[in-house]
Amino acid sequence: MKPSVVVMGTSAGGLRALERVIGALPAVFSIPIVAVQHRSRESDLFATVMQGLVALPVREAEDKEELVAPGVYLAPPDYHLLLEPGGRLALSTDEPVSFSRPSIDVLFESAADSYGPAVLGVLLTGANHDGTRGLARIRAAGGFAIVQDPKTAESPEMPTAAIAIGAADRVLALGEIAGELVQRSNG
Amino acid sequence: MSSRSGTYGRVELPAVAVAVGERREVALASGSSGAGPRVGAVADPDVAEAADRPPAEEPDVPGRISRTVVSGESPAPFAGVPPLERLEMELLLEAIYRHYGYDFRQYAPSSLRRRLKKRLEAEGLSTFSALQDRVLHEPAAMEGLLRDMSVNVTGMFRDPTFFRALREKVVPMLRTYPSVRIWHAGCASGEEVYAMAILLEEEGLYERSRLYATDMNAEALDRARTGIFPIARMREYTTNYQQAGGTRSFSEYYTASYGAALFHARLRENVLFAQHNLATDTSFSEFNVILCRNVLIYFDRNLKARTLRLFGDSLSSFGFLCLGRRESLRFTNVEDEFEEIDPKERIYRRNSLPRQGGGPAPSRATSGRGARG
Ligand SMILES: C[S@@+](CC[C@H](N)C(=O)[O-])C[C@H]1O[C@@H](n2cnc3c(N)ncnc32)[C@H](O)[C@@H]1O
Repeated sequence: MKPSVVVMGTSAGGLRALERVIGALPAVFSIPIVAVQHRSRESDLFATVMQGLVALPVREAEDKEELVAPGVYLAPPDYHLLLEPGGRLALSTDEPVSFSRPSIDVLFESAADSYGPAVLGVLLTGANHDGTRGLARIRAAGGFAIVQDPKTAESPEMPTAAIAIGAADRVLALGEIAGELVQRSNG
Repeated sequence: MSSRSGTYGRVELPAVAVAVGERREVALASGSSGAGPRVGAVADPDVAEAADRPPAEEPDVPGRISRTVVSGESPAPFAGVPPLERLEMELLLEAIYRHYGYDFRQYAPSSLRRRLKKRLEAEGLSTFSALQDRVLHEPAAMEGLLRDMSVNVTGMFRDPTFFRALREKVVPMLRTYPSVRIWHAGCASGEEVYAMAILLEEEGLYERSRLYATDMNAEALDRARTGIFPIARMREYTTNYQQAGGTRSFSEYYTASYGAALFHARLRENVLFAQHNLATDTSFSEFNVILCRNVLIYFDRNLKARTLRLFGDSLSSFGFLCLGRRESLRFTNVEDEFEEIDPKERIYRRNSLPRQGGGPAPSRATSGRGARG
């Protein structure tokens, strides 16, 4: 099944990993990408920095915004980012989950609920366990889960935790993830 | 305008419907929701529903239990959730609405689902049908659910740059008015309202201002009325206050005792806290400024549109509308009725007179019956 959305998660320090993956995708990549990176409340410039590094259009997500490809949507600091059925984004200020807001679990679980088998989840480098539960939900709902090989991760904890609970369909080196996404986007 | 107004305590109160008729009030915790005033209430949920929705948007489907739809878009289902569970969730929301009058049917589905799932876990139940049974038969379970549904994360001078923009871009206009009326919709436990009172005080506008602070959560309003907030957050608030352009020492505004900060009573002298539900109640007056921050993100597009219509109808000409930092009028159908005053801080200004009759203006058309008698 051709995925209708790619969701990505990484914790603080994941900018380089995100850049490596997203930067290696063609500017016409046909599936919208929604990403959560843990970061401080003040870091308003993230989207701008990111845009300087990759060819795909990058923006910070707005509430009730419609997903359009090609495009990368980043969770704003201090808000959870969720996918809604019908192809829109939604924000929330509910409590942090696993000490994080935005939380990767919240994004991934909402993606699994809203799009079931049409979700492609990617969990990158990270120093905690956020995202593990969400990735397992994506798999359980029939979606596909890619985890960065902990050996290639700056902080291996997050990918290691996901692999340990069997939440990964495929474990790939950082440099191989973009290729896998392109292949899957062709159906 | 004055002919529509009554009085409540020392504060001028716009035409109020205090009675709640058939609605079964669930008093959160302290059981005090009956004690506070309620504004813009429409007593009967079925009447409220029929009256509040513009006929043009209402597809005539007999036995409809789902949401209304804007521009022919149907509510998309959760593809990753079993159909039976989706049905049970819809029935739960319908039951809550029909029995208690709280309407969550048009809340943004993903956060709504998250919160209900959390409730399910907290109650140790495995299906939404079981939760429905419990919520209908045990009011205490309904209280728990309501509490989860109205997460009221808030703070004083949250987003300091927003409050600075208020001082710099909105206050100068307010100065030209003989009196200022402000509505805080979804004020939670009131921190934002006290912050506003402080700002107005420092700008010399407080004397002539009236603040109407509403929320659907009676328990949060009770906390707001006390003016007591955790001392642990004063350091954060002090920093925010300074960044927001505060001109005094923040500690002048409260007295610290036993781990709590008691804010000076003067700051709520011109404030009326009242229960009001944006999903079911109507417009109850006219304001120069409406603040509704971090509430619309919980609504789906239809309810967000309805609420913005309500705000449009409740703003005086050239009145200001202030939204949360990540909320906007983009992707809505009222965008062209407002001018952006500060795009980054999400401050808008109505660019025309409020609609009079003419087009579909649901809350204006119906509020006469409910609230203005
Ligand atoms: C996240 S708080 C926002 C508090 C404050 N405005 C701020 O930005 O800091 C959201 C508030 O909206 C209230 N709320 C949710 N649904 C509502 C409704 N239908 N009508 C009125 N208030 C509602 C909740 O009870 C909660 O207090």
